[in-house]
Amino acid sequence: MAEAPIPSLATRVRPVKAEAAIVGVHFFGATPVFVLGEEALLYIRSEDEDRVAVHGGGILVSASDGERIVTGGDDGKLIATDIDGEHEVIATDEKKRWIDQVALGPDNAVAWSAGKTANVRTKKGEVRSVDAPSTVAGLCFAPKGLRLAIAHYNGASLWFPNAEAAPTKFEWKGSHLAVTISPDGKFLMTAMQESTLHGWRITDAKNMRMSGYSARVRSMNWTADGKFLATSGSEQLILWPFDGKDGPMGRQPTMLAPSTSRVAVVACHPKQPVVATGYADGRVVLVRIDDGALIEAREADGQPVSALGWDGAGRLLAFGTEFGDAGILTL
Amino acid sequence: MSAIPAAPEKIPVTVLTGYLGAGKTTLLNRILSEPHGKKYAVIVNEFGEIGIDNELVVNADEEVFEMNNGCICCTVRGDLVRIIDGLMRRKGKFDAIIVETTGLADPAPVAQTFFMDENVGAKTRLDAVVTVADAKWLKDRLKDAPEAKNQIAFADVILLNKTDLVTPAELAEVEARIRAINPYARLHRTVRSQVDIAEVLERNAFDLDRILDIEPQFLTADSHDHDHDHHHDHDHGHDHHHHHDHGGLKHYHDEDMQSISIKTDKPIDPDKFFPWVQNLVATDGKDILRSKGILNFKDDPERYVFQGVHMILDGDHQRKWKADETRDSRIVFIGRQLPEDKIRQGFAGCIA
Repeated sequence: MAEAPIPSLATRVRPVKAEAAIVGVHFFGATPVFVLGEEALLYIRSEDEDRVAVHGGGILVSASDGERIVTGGDDGKLIATDIDGEHEVIATDEKKRWIDQVALGPDNAVAWSAGKTANVRTKKGEVRSVDAPSTVAGLCFAPKGLRLAIAHYNGASLWFPNAEAAPTKFEWKGSHLAVTISPDGKFLMTAMQESTLHGWRITDAKNMRMSGYSARVRSMNWTADGKFLATSGSEQLILWPFDGKDGPMGRQPTMLAPSTSRVAVVACHPKQPVVATGYADGRVVLVRIDDGALIEAREADGQPVSALGWDGAGRLLAFGTEFGDAGILTL
Repeated sequence: MSAIPAAPEKIPVTVLTGYLGAGKTTLLNRILSEPHGKKYAVIVNEFGEIGIDNELVVNADEEVFEMNNGCICCTVRGDLVRIIDGLMRRKGKFDAIIVETTGLADPAPVAQTFFMDENVGAKTRLDAVVTVADAKWLKDRLKDAPEAKNQIAFADVILLNKTDLVTPAELAEVEARIRAINPYARLHRTVRSQVDIAEVLERNAFDLDRILDIEPQFLTADSHDHDHDHHHDHDHGHDHHHHHDHGGLKHYHDEDMQSISIKTDKPIDPDKFFPWVQNLVATDGKDILRSKGILNFKDDPERYVFQGVHMILDGDHQRKWKADETRDSRIVFIGRQLPEDKIRQGFAGCIA
């Protein structure tokens, strides 16, 4: 498929050489911080760059609430790092298992998993744990209240860490990986091993199956208005509609920004109906949902995009690749 | 602007199988401790058994996950999908990956993971399935443990270990049993898993070019035992396996697991072959453990190679036929109760 030339913002990009696989990017205000695959966080300050070693090994996963970045490593440690690079160990797995998943919730709550065990540390510093039926493959907090979604084999569970009750199980055969809850709290969505999305309406556990992807969906993100779930896994940006009471049931997704390469990462603008879309060939485009208009932020060069992130104001977009090339676009 | 970076080479993965007590851990400790200048990330099934302290030893829980479609052939190792994803963030720290399975594991989900999961397949390649077998006890396990037979059938390389505990006659017997199931694997006789590491790792056995390394007579219908060391043995064991001798060479036919190889020097019609082989693995893939082939398509200057695990087939044009090369097609199936006549007739029907 020939791609028509589109306007480019490449001249407004500050290039960054991270020299390690980039596994995530977060912002402290206007300061982007790249999470590297090996040991360190890379702070991009206005004048210089700071590399802060936090893990004794690979970094597997990260999450941020704008106040801190929490990372899980193959050293079995869960570490919180602040804007100055000060860091503390929140938890250490006693068997030195990998910290596979992390999520940040309301009131400074932190969730993480190692093996089958999901843990939540509440604002009081109490740690509560629950065992999933298999290794935990995804974690996220519900938008309201202290409630954690856990993805696992043959379904997902919703758990109130402060309650004695066992987690509520949502069953669907197969291996469920990433998990997310819609901003209105009505839908629980998972990405499955077999290149489909699965979802449940939380009130009645009604199932939704969303198929047609060419690969496993590894990135899911809600638009700021909560009307769409943007997803990777296809040769175009796939947006599922969630604006009605039935969500995407019986409806078709919006498909934008077609390419010969597969979408690898998506990141919705924090205010506008715009999705930053990164492809496996290294290209990054901004996609306007209303009319499908595109602006290029990074040219294709064969480096798979592995991280995308916006600052809270939506003026800065940071991107990084598996091969360690990164940049910051100022809009 | 900097130059376009070349796509990194795929990391080779060796799958190490073998029934309980055959000597897998001994081999693994050897690989990790010998000075071969290579670094391996090792995915083990039980923490603590490995005597070597290595930050790249990862504990795995062997989570065998079926897909929602219920197809057993789409089953993957969920833990491997996750661990390989994590390890690949640290590429550059190791040269290859070794996956040790438990003694009771079926190798199929491990092998299938490298074809079924797009991300794993894009970053790694299955180098070889290496099976460690106990020379003294394998014969019994082949009777009572279906896992042990699967592990032999799946193997690209077999270490026949603990050969010091058996007599030459017993050794010849167990080798004949192995060859009845899998005539194509490379077989090494070892004591305490002592083998040149280069014979086990980065073999590129899954690279189908190696099929050509197999002696041509290997790929005829009634050649079942054809290792380089021929054992002339006239012992007539009598049990539930059929067996007969050809020129002093002992042959067994395993009642349950067989291999079929077919060769033709006539060009193949790809428009007939692909529908046939896809239909074959779709209907009989449950029983076909491994398939491999090199094909000479009509009017095609390039060799086409394919391999499969159960219902999964993976193939591509490999390279141009060389001027001095015999342009023939060879296919091999290893499996359980294979419908031999149907397969032979089906393949014959693909001739252009």
